[in-house]
Amino acid sequence: MFLDSHTHMVSRTTDDYERMAAAGVVACIEPAFWLGQPRTNVGSYIDYLSLICGFERFRAGQFGLRHYCTVGLNPKEANNEELAEAVLEILPRYALKEGVVAIGELGYDEQTALEDKYFRAQLELAKELALPVMVHTPHRDKRQGTLRSMAVALEHKLDPSFVVIDHNNEETVREVLDRGFWAAFSIYPFTKMGNERMVEIVRTYGAERIFCDSACDWGVSDPLAVPKTAELMRRGGIAEEQIEKVTYLNPLEAYGKSGQIKEDDWLNPAPIDQRTLYMGNSVLRGGQTPKVGAATTRDGTTLGDLKIV
Amino acid sequence: MTSPKRTPAELLSGWVVARVSPAAADWFRAQMERLQSSPSEKDIYLALGYATRKLGKDDLELKAEERAAAAAARPYWDPTDWSVDQAARIAFVLASHARDAGAFKARLEMLFNTADVWELIAFYRGLPLYPDAAQHVSRAREGTRSAMQPIFEAVAHRNPFPMEQFDENAWNHMVLKALFIGSKLAPILGLDERSNPRLMRMLCDYAHERWAAQRPVSPELWRCVGPHADAAALDDLGRVLSTGVLLERRAAALALTASRSAEAERHLRTVPDLNEAARAGHITWTDIARG
Repeated sequence: MFLDSHTHMVSRTTDDYERMAAAGVVACIEPAFWLGQPRTNVGSYIDYLSLICGFERFRAGQFGLRHYCTVGLNPKEANNEELAEAVLEILPRYALKEGVVAIGELGYDEQTALEDKYFRAQLELAKELALPVMVHTPHRDKRQGTLRSMAVALEHKLDPSFVVIDHNNEETVREVLDRGFWAAFSIYPFTKMGNERMVEIVRTYGAERIFCDSACDWGVSDPLAVPKTAELMRRGGIAEEQIEKVTYLNPLEAYGKSGQIKEDDWLNPAPIDQRTLYMGNSVLRGGQTPKVGAATTRDGTTLGDLKIV
Repeated sequence: MTSPKRTPAELLSGWVVARVSPAAADWFRAQMERLQSSPSEKDIYLALGYATRKLGKDDLELKAEERAAAAAARPYWDPTDWSVDQAARIAFVLASHARDAGAFKARLEMLFNTADVWELIAFYRGLPLYPDAAQHVSRAREGTRSAMQPIFEAVAHRNPFPMEQFDENAWNHMVLKALFIGSKLAPILGLDERSNPRLMRMLCDYAHERWAAQRPVSPELWRCVGPHADAAALDDLGRVLSTGVLLERRAAALALTASRSAEAERHLRTVPDLNEAARAGHITWTDIARG
């Protein structure tokens, strides 16, 4: 079983859901983010948050995946002050929705004063509601941005075990782990973090507080990145217990602190869930553990045949 | 000894309290108290937001006498498959109604607009309990337009609101959509009472579309065709009666018994066994729906 803790499924197709389910992904987390172009008003935010707490959750369930999300104002759009103020106003209304496992993605993009202001405000909200935080570390000036995100979180007295620092690389991981935060790695086909590099990270740092995600969105990205990375780790001789932590147990523990995601959701769903929202994962029906090597995609290839890029 | 008739809100509260732990029941009562005394917006969405967390999502599993009490409190109200959190959420919504219908409607809109899937299901199931039913029609129709089947069904199934409030066009489209998305007709209340010639025509056209695409037609469809069947519809029923699988033939026979035309009689005489079974009540739409 795999848990992909960073997926923007609103921009993925049903083929992706089918392939993920076939590969053993049982659940995914959809962090609130921007849409590739800036929103111009809070109404657009309301509809987006309703979508990821609503239709997308339903849609995933029809393909046998449980869907969770995070809500928050992302750092890019924090720079539109009028929008940011309005979003902060409505966020508390969404923070307690079912399946909201964290406040996020938060953090810095260009490390502006406005980004800083709304990052801090949302850290306070997360603390008040005892929710985990998903921190998006910046693409540019990453190391400094990552260090600053952690310093600010500590300044606001957040428990590091409630904070996931995402999009790490070799340059940031040590300091994230040293400070007691969760270190997540987004596996991208060409940039940032490739599967092989992820294997080396686990070889070097072990599996404590480390996990990987696909961060699949509207750009070049791979919704099978987590199962593929697991396969690559297996081939690289990484122990099964470590693979399970990095691709399933660790994100479950981190986001499970919200009380909104638990193994029973997919292994033993509530009767009312089964009647309405969740069609179940055929791979898992009958309480079996999926065999990733045997999981086939719709075009008949097995996971072992999939090209790992 | 007869107890005084209780309101739906009182029933909901009683069912919730009887099904959760003492601590959860205390939390629920505290929220109800707060919501009944000029609550802030935040009080409302926190109560609603925490409902599943504090009370869980178990099925209510109402006893027969509780279901009877529901129907006595509000005719046709059928909370059979509600869950504990849904009952609590509707109790909260009703509790926050301070006898100002306009304000209630505005708040309800806000709640609908920022709801998650579970809340939507609950709020739509609550439709028959809200004051001033007529002003919630457009919201109910929004529910039947949903791309999420459980939302659609929260309005359409075991809910007296559509049969009481929908105009003919809204009603007909709800029934057609139920078939279109693979939902059942049997749990729709008022199906026979609200059947009409336009719906009959829409459904027969839909059956022809399905046949053209070589896709199966739900046998439930014929239920709303029988009573108003015109010559073309009777031909369709005759076709199903002679060429369908057994379930479809049973459905066609039952539909034909609802038509008073001589042509229907003629069709039924070709299948004496089915004719007899249908007239004797041995074929029911509930059984047909079950498949």
